[in-house]
Order: sequence, then structure tokens, then C-alpha cells
Amino acid sequence: MRGGYGNLTGTRVPWSSDGTRVFDKYVNSEQPEEPRGKPVGRRVLLGTLGLGALGVVTAPTLQRGLESFLASASDKDPTGLTGLLPNGGGFRYYSVASSVPRKDATTYRLTIDGLVDRPSTYTLAELRALPQTRMVRDVQCVTGWRVPDTPFEGVRLSRLLDAAGVRQGAGAVRFTCFDGAYSESLTLDQARRADVLVALRMQDKDLNHAHGGPVRLYVAPMYFYKSAKWLSGITVTKDVQPGYWEKRGYDVDAWVGRSNGRDDAPTT
Amino acid sequence: MPLRLDAPGRSTGVRRFGRASRWAHRTTAALMGVCVVTAACLYVPQLAELVGRRELVVRVHEWAGLALPVPVLAGLASRAFRRDLGFLNRFGPHDRVWLRAALRRDKRAASRPAGKFNAGQKIYAAWIAGATLVMLGTGLIMWFTHLTPLVWRTSATFVHDWLALTIGIVLAGHIGMALGDPEARRGMRTGSVSREWAEREHPLWRK
Repeated sequence: MRGGYGNLTGTRVPWSSDGTRVFDKYVNSEQPEEPRGKPVGRRVLLGTLGLGALGVVTAPTLQRGLESFLASASDKDPTGLTGLLPNGGGFRYYSVASSVPRKDATTYRLTIDGLVDRPSTYTLAELRALPQTRMVRDVQCVTGWRVPDTPFEGVRLSRLLDAAGVRQGAGAVRFTCFDGAYSESLTLDQARRADVLVALRMQDKDLNHAHGGPVRLYVAPMYFYKSAKWLSGITVTKDVQPGYWEKRGYDVDAWVGRSNGRDDAPTT
Repeated sequence: MPLRLDAPGRSTGVRRFGRASRWAHRTTAALMGVCVVTAACLYVPQLAELVGRRELVVRVHEWAGLALPVPVLAGLASRAFRRDLGFLNRFGPHDRVWLRAALRRDKRAASRPAGKFNAGQKIYAAWIAGATLVMLGTGLIMWFTHLTPLVWRTSATFVHDWLALTIGIVLAGHIGMALGDPEARRGMRTGSVSREWAEREHPLWRK
């Protein structure tokens, strides 16, 4: 009991020998009428707020460092747990529908209609029989994640459009999906770019259901929401009709690094 | 009304939390739970695949997050609740003793002097309140994308993601400790605790 508070913390003896009685000297600090000690709680709260603000200010630097560290760590991580960390590498699954039907080689169909001379329907086998283009680019999501050097393989969209014969006056292409909810669109010029594919393979494997298989759109130079999964319809239209996320505020011309208020490095 | 545990029959019970404190805790916990579950459904690939409905999940997450501070703000109307906040805020010399003992992993009751709240509970309360406000601020920047310059949004996402992970871990610790102490849980559920528990865990608390 002798000595101040500093002594008490310096040695454990008074606490163990005196038992709980020694607490009595502190009792007053809990009584509201008495001086109640320092407002450390408030300081911790404000400190946390300050750290949060500092985090926002220094985020660009921190993020660059962490991303390169995690990208190298996820290469050597057999558990895949780094993929769950923010910016830890790998794809994220996004679906706007509650459930998505599964389609395979027997049930899948891709229809091409709208302002074309020869509306047509392709089976998976027919798409596979067309000349395939393979591209390896980074994938950039508008929510921030990026997957480097991802191979996509499929039929150039321009080839399908040419085969259908786009009519005079057409200006855009609308894409619909067999999840029943998602849609996307491109201007005709964008759709005819050589780096826009109707993709059948990704990472040198047939596209699986989670990645939008059996067939998805792949728009290499744009944010990944343009690359509609579970593609089932291509309709040539006069004007651009905003897609699912575009009706909810995303940019229609979604060039990576030049839209949606982001400045990511371009993917092409 | 259910049987009150502080009724005359239970003379050994000690009143620990008033109705305002318990309801503030309960509703905050429920809203935090919604935030965590929806966040997991947006974030963990397997859950996202299972649940889908991304727009709905985002909406629920946003509104639950926005409502998160409301129970505490509403609780401020109660004097008992304000008094509890006052106890959480103020640190006496015994709190430093408690924290040092915690750092040394010294679990003897004699080395852990505590008032109504121990120092660990006080730090947790202050930190989770601050962290919640940071999540709210960064969340609003991510929600209303056109209100702030573009760099802010990426930076806010970065802070929101990593702080979410930290909160998840700390929250698991909070729940884990509650699971390990049924009497503490009873205090939060019914408002009363046994006198023995109060003397042992919170010897400096003037009942």
C-alpha cells in the first residue's frame, strides 16, 4: 500500500499479498461525483478516426505496396487464403441475379438479331468451329481488383456481326444474358474492335459456370462489368441502350483508366 | 413481461445494465451482424456465388451501416446510458494496472482491478466506435461516388476493405469473450448479474 501508483505496477507484491482490499484506494475514481480520471476513451475514439483519415490520405501509396506484396505472396500461397484479402489477387464472383441456370453444349444457344440481314442462332459447337483468337491481358474490375495476364480465347465479335450482316443505320450492340437480368451494350465501333471477343475459354480452360460459362463477352480495354457473363443474345440496335450497371450509375464508355472516376493503368 | 431477475426473490442479484443500455447493445449488435453478413456475401467468393442478388445485398449493407450509430445516439436520451458511456470514457490509475496485467497475460483477479468496465472493455468500446465512424465515412464516399474526387473513392475503398477485416477479427474476439463468460452475457441479457461475479470481475464497481 505504500508508495504511489508507479510502485504498484513496478512490483506485483502488494497486489498478491493484500488481495482485493488494495483496490479500495481506487474506488473513488469510479464515482461520478469525484474526479473521474482521464477521458482516454474519447482519445482512443478520436485517434481511430484520425488514423482512418490518415489511411485514406496515404491509401494510394499503401495500396501500391500491398498489392505488389500480396500479388507475389498469392503466387506462392497453396491455401488460397491470400485471395480473400483485399487486393489479394484473383477473381471475385459477382452476380446480379438470385440464381443462374446452367447451360452446356446441348442446351446453350447464342442468338444474333436486331438490325441485321441474317438473324442467326449458334450452338456451342458452332462457335467452337469458328476461328479462335487468344489474348492475354490484365483484367481490371471497377471495384478495384485486378488480375494480371489472363488468357481469354474465343470468336471475334466483329466476325459474328459481319456474318449476320449489320444493316445501314445501326449504331450499337446490346448484349443479354441467360441469368435473366444482366445486360450490356457497346457502340458499333467499340463492338468491332479486334480486342472484343465472344469468349469460350479463360485461363486456357473452358469457361466454367462461375466465370460466366459456357460463353461470355470479353471487352479487353474496358472495366470488367462490360464483359457480360452467361452471354445469350446479341442484338444490333440504332442507339446505345444502357446496361444493367449503367442504369445504376456506371459509365457506358468504360475504358479502363479513363472512366468511372478511376485512374487504373489501361489493360490494352 | 418476463420474470425480472432483480425482483425481490433474487436478493443476491446486482443491477448492471438499464433498459436503454441493453437495447442500444442489442440493436447495435443486430445491425453490426447484418453489416458483417452482407459484407461476407459481397466479398467471399463462395458466399457471393451462393447468394447472388448483388444489388439487393449492397442496399441492405448500406442501410444497415447508415443505421449503425442510431441506437447509441438514441440511447443518449437515457441518463443511465450516458453514465455507462462516462464510465467507458474515463480511465483511472487502476486501468493502467489492468492493461499491464493483460499484456503480461497475468490472469489473477488480484492483478486485474476494474470498475464497472475493465480497461479492455473501455478500449474496445472506444475503438469500435471510432472504427464504425471510419467505416461510415468511407462507406458514404463509396456510396455517393459523384460527391468526392476520384482518388478519394479508391482510397476509401482501400481503408473500408482493410478496416472491415480488422473489425471482423476484433469482433470475433469480443464475441468469443462473451461466449466464455455466461454471467457477463446474463448481465447484458437481463440487466442483472450475481454479486459474486461482480465482486470478482469488477471489484471497484460501486453497486
